[in-house]
Amino acid sequence: MTEVVYVTDENDNYTTANSIGWEAKKAALDESMALINERIEEAKQNVANNTVSPIIYFMELNKMDLQVLAAYVGMWQWTVKRHAKPKIFKKLSDSTLKKYADNFGISVDELKNFDGK
Amino acid sequence: MELNFEHHQTAHCENGVASNLLLNKGLKLSEPMIFGIGSGLFFVYLPFLKVNFAPGFSYRPMPGAIFSKAAKRLGIKIKREKFSNPQEAQKALERNLEQNIPTGLQVGVFNLTYFPEEYKFHFNAHNLVVYGKENGKFLISDPVMDYTTSLTEAELEKVRYAKGALPPKGHMYYPTYIPENVNLEEAIKKGIKDTCKNMLAPVPIIGVKAMRWVARNIPKWAEKKGTKITNHYLGQLIRMQEEIGTGGGGFRFIYGAFLQEAAVILKNDELKELSKEITAIGDLWRDFAVDIARVYKNRNSKSNIYNELSKSMLHIADLEEAFYKKLRKAI
Repeated sequence: MTEVVYVTDENDNYTTANSIGWEAKKAALDESMALINERIEEAKQNVANNTVSPIIYFMELNKMDLQVLAAYVGMWQWTVKRHAKPKIFKKLSDSTLKKYADNFGISVDELKNFDGK
Repeated sequence: MELNFEHHQTAHCENGVASNLLLNKGLKLSEPMIFGIGSGLFFVYLPFLKVNFAPGFSYRPMPGAIFSKAAKRLGIKIKREKFSNPQEAQKALERNLEQNIPTGLQVGVFNLTYFPEEYKFHFNAHNLVVYGKENGKFLISDPVMDYTTSLTEAELEKVRYAKGALPPKGHMYYPTYIPENVNLEEAIKKGIKDTCKNMLAPVPIIGVKAMRWVARNIPKWAEKKGTKITNHYLGQLIRMQEEIGTGGGGFRFIYGAFLQEAAVILKNDELKELSKEITAIGDLWRDFAVDIARVYKNRNSKSNIYNELSKSMLHIADLEEAFYKKLRKAI
């Protein structure tokens, strides 16, 4: 994908050019993607160790944070935080789980059965 | 149904949509013109607002501000609508298309199916134009893309009702009135004055003062939060500079192009010189970004690197301050 950039020609006159991006921007993007992948991996481990519920894993997988997720499911942040605890997650009703699953684009079973392993 | 609409790729989505929508109504203004008249050059630092796990930096004003300001200064009227009900939002859009009105939309980036993966994050102030509907799909002119695309009804609803910071809530807009004679000179002057006022504002979170605040914070982050988090914050700073997801290209260069055009229209050679000056400052921002990228690559770099980065940014802030003072006088 190319993008438009404004550049000056040999007479210092502005014109547009197509660019495929440049090194510094690519490095920043790579760093950001690496960080996201690290967070996803960590969340997966934490689900496997039963310290957080699968909600956290899928939240990270969708590049969300608590604020964004809470807005999507239409709940308070502290409610979502509660649901992130494995014990409380296990007691959630299917209709609550469905809200999460729908926004993650997965089925309720996939959400329930994710064990991080 | 496909409306007669010319798609032009631009560096930044909001100017692009504005420029493309006005061209459709017969008013030909370049992207830099919209950017300059709408006072698109900006800097704001919101240390307490976390975006993408980093403090909020922005090199642009609030979404929508560029087009609104440009329209006001040019005497153009824009109608803006938001809808609590997604079905109504779609109906209103279809009604517009039937009346032959290409329509601008504010959307979230995360679910734009045609974007590459690394551009997708929860940023809700992207802009695009819908210019038709065929076989149940909306025809999309996204100014960041070099070609037109399409989205299904469900896909479009998803991006129009993205959630999180700055939710679009179905926001759509389109020009309803364009004066026959546009007073370009006056609009350009107003745009420049406003930019100088903002960038020189006596407030710590805006303009040159905000740049200095960020610069002074860089070594503090390194000390308090460690290398990894500091590098991530700096990465965010680069990504915002390059406006990922809403088109690349440093804003300083777009402003340089604007001043060059303005110099001709206002017959003011000083602006031409100032165009060169902001271009040089833009180059320094780029060097700054390259230096930051270098810090990622050798993670165990010497500790004074953050002091160096801080110094370069303070230097840029000094140059910008001098630039806006000269620009204010030149008008």
